[in-house]
Amino acid sequence: MQINPIEQFEIHDMMPMVSMGGHQIAFTNSALYMLLTVLVVSALLIAATARRAVVPGRLQSIAEMSYEFVAHTVQSTTGSEGMKFFPFVFTLFMFVLVANLIGLIPYSFTVTSQLVVTGALALTVFFVVVGYGFYRHGLHFLNLFVPKGVPSYILPAIVVIEVLSFLTRPLSHSVRLFANMLAGHITLQVFAAFIIMLAGFGVLGWFGAVLPFAMVVVLFALELLVAVLQAYVFAILTCIYLNDAIHPGH
Amino acid sequence: MSDARDNGEHDKQQTSEAALSARLQRLGEGLARQRAEQTTDNAGEDRATTASGYARGFRLSSELVAGVAVGAGLGWLIDRWLGVAPWGLIVFLLLGFAAGVLNVMRSAGVVTGTRFDQGFGRDREG
Repeated sequence: MQINPIEQFEIHDMMPMVSMGGHQIAFTNSALYMLLTVLVVSALLIAATARRAVVPGRLQSIAEMSYEFVAHTVQSTTGSEGMKFFPFVFTLFMFVLVANLIGLIPYSFTVTSQLVVTGALALTVFFVVVGYGFYRHGLHFLNLFVPKGVPSYILPAIVVIEVLSFLTRPLSHSVRLFANMLAGHITLQVFAAFIIMLAGFGVLGWFGAVLPFAMVVVLFALELLVAVLQAYVFAILTCIYLNDAIHPGH
Repeated sequence: MSDARDNGEHDKQQTSEAALSARLQRLGEGLARQRAEQTTDNAGEDRATTASGYARGFRLSSELVAGVAVGAGLGWLIDRWLGVAPWGLIVFLLLGFAAGVLNVMRSAGVVTGTRFDQGFGRDREG
């Protein structure tokens, strides 16, 4: 019986540690579920596009809808020029979405509830934005930090604040996904624990346990919404940041 | 003869012009319909997501905390590298707070029209 609500986030080694170049390489349950996520996404998309029917079946519809959804998001946020980043955004979106959904299966591990994972994703986006911005615009990319129409005597302070505001992006980008998943799963676990604890009190407790059970059902539906919504938010924030790299200073 | 041909060409031109304007009108109507659909879509999204005050509050507070945390971290690093403690921490904590407030105002849509966050108006969800 699992009462400790934090226990679900613990990392275990699945295999004995391997030492490689002086580093300990461990294959943990987190790595296992990341691998599983990638496999599920790949299998889904490969199976969905295998038949390529004119009238799509169910699987093909899923693939086409997710493609169109992300393509529309990228197009409307970054313009047609941003479509070269479509594979990047689509990969991120599908990874986060499937990881969130797999995490909702009871007894499974939620990869996106680890700050390391979401932080790595957000930092990747951040460095892609900075790298592409400088590659594409050279030093003009720095215009991003110089707002127009600001009096020159406060401009230095504004520029520093803008730079800081830019540097906070990977943090809020990753924390938003991480904290939403963490909080949701803890809430679910706490209410599920109430059921077990109440049921331990005998017949009266069984009737009492109906209340937290109803709560768990409602919360699960909410978590399903949050899982999809947070994947979308992650993707659209990526698009907004990429938009800065493509069109800085306007 | 030449008159008739002129007339014929004139007619053809007129019909093609009429066809063109009809097509343009159809295109305009289609665009207007799509735009209306999009705006109603957005409105629905807004309603559905702003209803969740928890998500909104969480988003805004994470922006502010991120600003302060990054400012403090950067100030601390500058102190360590340049040995100007405690001034780096003090100055950058304040600047980080300002950046956090700026982030909050941007993601709440209070400050709009500045360059790099026209997109932030659509960032209404948690």
